[in-house]
Amino acid sequence: MNRLSWFNAVSLTLGFAFLYIPMIILIVYSFNESKLVTVWAGFSTKWYGELIRNEAFLNAAWVTLKVAVFSSTLATILGTMAAYVLVRGGRFLGRTLFSGMIYAPLVMPEVITGLALLLLFIGIGLDRGVLTIVLAHTTFSMCYVSVVVSSRLVTFDRSLEEAALDLGCSPAESFRLVTLPIIAPAVISGWLLAFTLSLDDLVIASFTSGPSATTLPIKIFSAVRLGVSPEINALSTIMIAIVTMGVITASLVTKRAMVRQKQEEQAAVRA
Amino acid sequence: MNTSVFAPWDDPGEKPLIQFRNVTKRFGEFTAIDNLSLDIFEKEFFALLGPSGCGKTTMMRMLAGFETPTEGQIMLAGQDIDPIPPNKRAVNMMFQSYALFPHLSVWENIAFGLRRDSMPKHDLEERVEAMLRLTRLEQFARRKPHQISGGQRQRVALARSLAKAPKLLLLDEPLGALDKKLRQDTQFELMDIQEKTGTTFVIVTHDQEEAMTVASRVAVMDQGQLMQVATPDRIYETPNSVYVADFIGDVNIIRGRARQNGGDGYHIDWAEGQEALTAASDNGFDTGQSCHLAIRPEKVAITAERPSDAANAVQGKVHDIAYLGNLSTYYVELPNGIIIKAQTANTRRISRRSYTWEDPVWLSWTATAGVLLAN
Ligand SMILES: Nc1ncnc2c1ncn2[C@@H]1O[C@H](COP(=O)(O)OP(=O)(O)OP(=O)(O)O)[C@@H](O)[C@H]1O
Ligand SMILES: [Mg+2]
Repeated sequence: MNRLSWFNAVSLTLGFAFLYIPMIILIVYSFNESKLVTVWAGFSTKWYGELIRNEAFLNAAWVTLKVAVFSSTLATILGTMAAYVLVRGGRFLGRTLFSGMIYAPLVMPEVITGLALLLLFIGIGLDRGVLTIVLAHTTFSMCYVSVVVSSRLVTFDRSLEEAALDLGCSPAESFRLVTLPIIAPAVISGWLLAFTLSLDDLVIASFTSGPSATTLPIKIFSAVRLGVSPEINALSTIMIAIVTMGVITASLVTKRAMVRQKQEEQAAVRA
Repeated sequence: MNTSVFAPWDDPGEKPLIQFRNVTKRFGEFTAIDNLSLDIFEKEFFALLGPSGCGKTTMMRMLAGFETPTEGQIMLAGQDIDPIPPNKRAVNMMFQSYALFPHLSVWENIAFGLRRDSMPKHDLEERVEAMLRLTRLEQFARRKPHQISGGQRQRVALARSLAKAPKLLLLDEPLGALDKKLRQDTQFELMDIQEKTGTTFVIVTHDQEEAMTVASRVAVMDQGQLMQVATPDRIYETPNSVYVADFIGDVNIIRGRARQNGGDGYHIDWAEGQEALTAASDNGFDTGQSCHLAIRPEKVAITAERPSDAANAVQGKVHDIAYLGNLSTYYVELPNGIIIKAQTANTRRISRRSYTWEDPVWLSWTATAGVLLAN
């Protein structure tokens, strides 16, 4: 092993310190006995206990989870379909326009997307609640899914689908039995991406949520405006733990699947 | 032996199974298949031969339904197949790239088509096992395609396309990755299957020996056109053009000018100061017309002395010798620089070879040994 030069060691330490010190402080203070966030008064887990008894937070967490699951699933279905048509649909009128347009929401400022959706929901008289947040999240995360899935479809060997048709599959069967299992890792990463995006989102949710449904980020944000409480630190620590575990499992799963698939594919296509 | 020769193409009453009617296929500006007409009959073993990029795979893909002709029609059993989607055609294709399903085991790959027909479980298992036995893949049944060798993968692809026992089977270079022994065995298996099931085969191959072995008829293609369609022996013995003669097997081409010599006999003036060659041909040539005499090396005899009765005899010296084991090919240089190949069977040990480099020798052949071609 090469030893790090002192310069590299310092850069590495600084970089990681910059990234993680805020989070570490947050985690440490979530175990603080004192109600004052900035004064350390000994170790305690009492804020976690408080948190479990806080109905408002629990409700918000439940809404967030529901929204994330529904919107990411919906976005995955729609995004995969869009990617499939854009990559496979051959040349149809306006194809270039469509494939350009599907990426537009990626660069659109969130405030604008949020405002546009708000106007739409008001326009069609849809009451703001869980449904509207799900729709809004689906709208903006579906283009991320379609980007991930179409990059996989581009390298997909078309003759596999032809072979399936040749052996008697209808186009739908060939998609279900051949295409989908092979692109599954990309679809799963797309879902995870959509899920985390929905979990994170504050801006769009604050435009589209109503009094009946508040998501956790909105809740935290509004709570913090009244002053940071150790309860929020505890909540954030839990969220950090969940996200960290999610990211680690997701990357392990997709990495393993991708590696395996790459081998299979290289082997299946004659050099 | 059956008494009647299988030759439906000679029978005007016979209906072809496949008919290409003036089919043209363009990819953008590029013409891959150029106004091609062709009949293929039931129970034929039809081989497509031609250089890379001449349109063999494109023909297959049109039959399987993955490409539609730009112009013209393809008829299967008298019906235009254009509106029939690939999954409804009684046609199976073995892909040049194999296209094995990477997420399924060898066993499941072979069973894939049978499952679509909702075949009873027991019959399906039996059928898959039979295919595995046929292609000698029994011990690899549980493996995934990436866990087996190239030749084994090719056999899986073959087994998968054979499994459904379709009316028409399209094989795009089915045996290219196999060693010679296994290739020969599989060739005979294919012929056997064909005899038993009466399936019509269309096979693409780069191996002309393979085409000669298995095919009832051979089509030689070039740049999207058919150069000649005939039985293997006729393609070999009476090619209709220099292109075909050159493409199939080894050949000497001598350019010259024809001079009529009564009946179907011709003299060919081919070099200054050399005696004219004589050849017989059914194709008419005008005196003075330029022509090509194509002679197979094995029809050229090599001797030390001038044979007294040969119709054609030329002298030269041995320029090179290619030793092929059972055969030797002598490259003999004539005084005017032309090199002519003569092939003889090695009935003696190589150390006792009669001629060696730089030896003066005579080459001779009969008037009917060669084929006289216009172009
Ligand atoms: N989808 C396509 N788009 C454009 N050109 C194509 C397409 N498919 C084939 N071609 C061209 O058509 C010609 C014939 O291709 P084809 O695959 O039929 O060749 P082939 O005879 O099978 O060659 P090989 O022996 O190398 O497999 C080639 O020049 C090829 O580049
Ligand atoms: Mg090809």
